[in-house]
Amino acid sequence: MSERKATVASSSGLHARPASLFAEAAGETGVEVTIAMDGAPADDAMDASSILSLMTLGAEHGSVVVLRAEGEGADAALDTLVKLLETDLDAV
Amino acid sequence: MQNFPGVGVSPGRIVGTIRQMPRPLAEPPTGDKLAPGTSAEEAADALRVAAKAVQSQLRERAAGASADAKAVLEATALMATDPMLIKASIKLINAGSSAERAVWEAAEAVAAMLVNLGGYMAERATDVLDVRARIVASLRGVPAPGIPSSATPFILIAEDLAPADTATLDPVKVIALVTAGGGPQSHTAIIARSLGLPAVVAAAGVDQLADGTEVYVDGAAGTIATEPGDSERAAALAWAANASTLAVFDGHGTTADGHLVPLLANVGGAKDAVKAAAAGAQGVGLLRTEFCFLERETEPTIDEQVKAYRGVFDAFPGKKVVVRTLDAGADKPLPFLTDASEPNPALGVRGYRTDMSSPGVLERQLAAIAQAADGATAEVWVMAPMISTPDEAARFASLCAAAGLKTPGVMVEVPSAAVTSESILGQVEFASLGTNDLTQYTMAADRQLGPLAALNNPWQPAVLQLVRLTVAGALAEGSGKPVGVCGEAAADPALAVVLVGLGVSTLSMTARSLAAVGAVLATVTLKEAQEIATLALRATSPAEARDRARGKLPILAELGL
Repeated sequence: MSERKATVASSSGLHARPASLFAEAAGETGVEVTIAMDGAPADDAMDASSILSLMTLGAEHGSVVVLRAEGEGADAALDTLVKLLETDLDAV
Repeated sequence: MQNFPGVGVSPGRIVGTIRQMPRPLAEPPTGDKLAPGTSAEEAADALRVAAKAVQSQLRERAAGASADAKAVLEATALMATDPMLIKASIKLINAGSSAERAVWEAAEAVAAMLVNLGGYMAERATDVLDVRARIVASLRGVPAPGIPSSATPFILIAEDLAPADTATLDPVKVIALVTAGGGPQSHTAIIARSLGLPAVVAAAGVDQLADGTEVYVDGAAGTIATEPGDSERAAALAWAANASTLAVFDGHGTTADGHLVPLLANVGGAKDAVKAAAAGAQGVGLLRTEFCFLERETEPTIDEQVKAYRGVFDAFPGKKVVVRTLDAGADKPLPFLTDASEPNPALGVRGYRTDMSSPGVLERQLAAIAQAADGATAEVWVMAPMISTPDEAARFASLCAAAGLKTPGVMVEVPSAAVTSESILGQVEFASLGTNDLTQYTMAADRQLGPLAALNNPWQPAVLQLVRLTVAGALAEGSGKPVGVCGEAAADPALAVVLVGLGVSTLSMTARSLAAVGAVLATVTLKEAQEIATLALRATSPAEARDRARGKLPILAELGL
């Protein structure tokens, strides 16, 4: 199991547009990636490719989230997604 | 008449007939089971196919939508195949539920979760329910719910609008949006504002009105009324005119017959100037330099002044900028110039007169203006406030010449300057009427005294007579030197027409008033303006002067000015 922490950089948090860009990117990695708020139990982690999950996660600008994935390509996928989270997607 | 109060989210007043959004799809009955002979796998596959189909429809719509709507539609398209939604649905299907019922319940749970989060998320719940309705329609093989089609423009009424609805609506057909539910951050509000459509949300009960009902919608007040009467129709007409003419000034001040009257802005510094330029001002008719230094205890350095003035000049490349030298005193004291102990400051050492008590400040300011003008492309004119005599005008002109400033002028605020404008304009290149002070001095009424407000009215026929005399003096002088107005009077569209009729060549005002003044001026010929001015001049009171002028300007009532 690989794990990465990231701070949400988008000014509106993981809502609407940033959430859809992130969910799409998570879906495209082909790896099952979960997302949870930092400190939340791993069992509560949600599917990172689900825009609805991301919206219910309630991650705001500056929130720290934990991404987890397993298996082949997990590290590369996580690195890509961390980079995306730490970009202000509202400004893209 | 029936009234439906709501929350106004996008301004505009309009009368029109309504069309209701189709009722939402009927809910699949609770406990709706898989049809006999249909396996859970088949139902799950059907759901995936329907979800994909809805997603591609929404993406197709997104492609043809405006930027704002596009982002929203793309997010909604993603929801259609969202793993969370599909997995939850399939779980229900595996437990024996029909696909329709499964997705209905799964989406319901997600929407409830979003509603519980409140605020922005709660308003996104509509998107989830919209996707659900589309998936169910697709599973049933019926057309997706959407905006009704109509050959004529209509006011769209709905319980609430989803992005898929609002993003694709045609603003030529839909002339206003009203929802029974929704909130100020709902899509209805966002899209209405981006399309400039009047919109009211949370107007409970409107979804019960019959198609074809005529209503009046006020998107600023947040009201809907049935059986609109004459006053509602008039308000809608006024808005229609307003919307097209009062939104922006086109940057061309002219009468109906093409007599050019440049409309300029009064500014207090570079920030104001940038805004004024954006508002279409044809130049600056009054740069109040004292506003750059109001907080100052000491005289600003030449470098500080150059920087402040240059910011204004750069906002108006190639355009006229009239700089007024420091107008300290009375209501605008500057510690380094004014004597606070004067018993009667309005009649004291103020404006140009401070050059007597604090020699050197004016020369240094003129040097700074010249330095700022050097290298800027703005056409820089300079004028002195509170000039009373031709001698003062002559001395100011010589100071300007010494500083290398080519276009000296004077403010006409003191009645003596108005009366002797022919001689004064023999000494300088232009005059600018400061109607606020001119009114105060003509009527001998302190501008700051509330009880004298009726006297302090620029419609006073005596003030209008002094404007006429100033222009007459300029004509008599013989070399066609311009007389402008840079007081509040120029911002009153009716009075602006009178001033133009009296022969004033430019009007300078707060940038906010440019569009209104320009719109009214464009409805009269120069000859009509002259006739209106004559009527006002012959009035015996400011109220009569104003009423006479307004009576000849029906455009004012039409625009709601």
